[in-house]
Amino acid sequence: MIEVVDVHKNFARQEVLKGTNLTIEEGGITTIIGGSGSGKTVLLKTMIALLLPDRGQVRVDGTDITRLGEKPLNEVRQKFGFLFQGAALLDSMTIFDNVAFPLRERTRLGEDAIGAKVRERLDQVGLKDMGYKYPAEVSGGMKKRAGFARALVTDPRIVLFDEPTTGLDPLLAKSVHQLIAAMQSRVGFTGVIVSHDIPEVFTISHRVAMLADGVIADSGPTEEFLRSSSPTVRRFLNSDTSEPADTL
Amino acid sequence: MARVEPSPRMTALLANIGGRTLGYVAGMGAGVIFLGSALAWAARPPAKVRLIIQQIRAIGVDSLLVVLLSGLFTGMVLGLQGYYSLRKFNAESFLGAVVALSLLRELGPVLSAFMVTGRTGSAMAAELASMRVTEQIDAMHSMALNPVKYLVSPRVVAGVIAMPLLTCMFNVIGIWGAYLVGVGLLDLGSGSYISGMEQAVQLRDVVEGLIKSATFGLIITWVCCFKGFHALPMATGVGRATTEAVVLSFVLILVSDYFLTSVML
Repeated sequence: MIEVVDVHKNFARQEVLKGTNLTIEEGGITTIIGGSGSGKTVLLKTMIALLLPDRGQVRVDGTDITRLGEKPLNEVRQKFGFLFQGAALLDSMTIFDNVAFPLRERTRLGEDAIGAKVRERLDQVGLKDMGYKYPAEVSGGMKKRAGFARALVTDPRIVLFDEPTTGLDPLLAKSVHQLIAAMQSRVGFTGVIVSHDIPEVFTISHRVAMLADGVIADSGPTEEFLRSSSPTVRRFLNSDTSEPADTL
Repeated sequence: MARVEPSPRMTALLANIGGRTLGYVAGMGAGVIFLGSALAWAARPPAKVRLIIQQIRAIGVDSLLVVLLSGLFTGMVLGLQGYYSLRKFNAESFLGAVVALSLLRELGPVLSAFMVTGRTGSAMAAELASMRVTEQIDAMHSMALNPVKYLVSPRVVAGVIAMPLLTCMFNVIGIWGAYLVGVGLLDLGSGSYISGMEQAVQLRDVVEGLIKSATFGLIITWVCCFKGFHALPMATGVGRATTEAVVLSFVLILVSDYFLTSVML
């Protein structure tokens, strides 16, 4: 479904991705873990061409999206939903309008149908009566939920999550994980989560991959991954801090 | 003849100059492409009328007070300086003409553009830079929507519409300010002020001033949107984008003013 093939990405003189290879299979939730600054978010953003690799390919359903023009790229992007780390809700709109925005701009649905769909998604994420509020008026957890509702409102096949629990307390983080798992099983999207919220994130992951030093150190179904013999993975899972994070 | 090896310091200096030059040229190219994209989206139906009206309000209404104040005092100081300068040649009766022509052709468009840059252009750059930092622009891309269509085109269209209107306000209140000083405080006759203005000013002077101000509206919104849109995604990126937007707008307003004047004279 998504194939990341030999992707290299530099920022200034820092090489973040050094020939990363990863395949995201259809269905279920794949979690990408790794130390802070290991390039997880960069990898996630290359999957939807928000960042273009310096070298390598990112194939979505067989199409290399790194070489597409705006129109065909947008057709591919319509398969995606994206929950940003800070939710990235548009400040000037209410939560309702934020969730309705992609429907109003990308579909020919009437305002009644849009309203019904938006209310359904807001209800599912627990923000039934919050649609009238502006992003600045709600908590971080509510913003994440609203961002999730916006990511799901167009019924995407793939949803990308960038650190969905960062900045949330453990209870809220757990509720966000449960929400992602519940919506995944209900809607059936393919989820890709970037997180360093371990071990909690493993409870909702079907597959796990670990990014370290610009390459995938190991990947596989969650149970297998947790038994990985890779020293890098073992050190990370055991929270061994004897080595600096950038060597992981 | 022995081959002279360039010194490493000279090579580094030349590489630095070359790198910076290429960076500026690439930046200018990106700026022109950005403007082309904004104009192309503006021309493509359906027009984003609601967003354009919102931006006309932001540019026009929110800048009105500062434009009126600066227009009033510019007119008053013009009246004061003009009166005493013209009196040396016994030509006080030309005060109305001097004030009106200065304001309509030059000071009105340029000074009101400066005020709008400081009041609204900086806010525009900061808002878009903040949207860049908080990934709101990336969010639009991820939704398969082009942010230029929603964030830039309405601002550019609004700038071209609102700027001439603000300039008209500046001119009117500036002429009134000079009238207050010349006729109200000094001993110039009201008829002399008005008739001097009436005889000297032609429709062409007004139109040329408005063409300038529409161009300045385009420049301000283009530059401020471009700088904000391409801000570095970090906290300092907002301040840097805002400063660069204001400084570059000021410079481009003055440069384009010279060329527009030389073409229209």
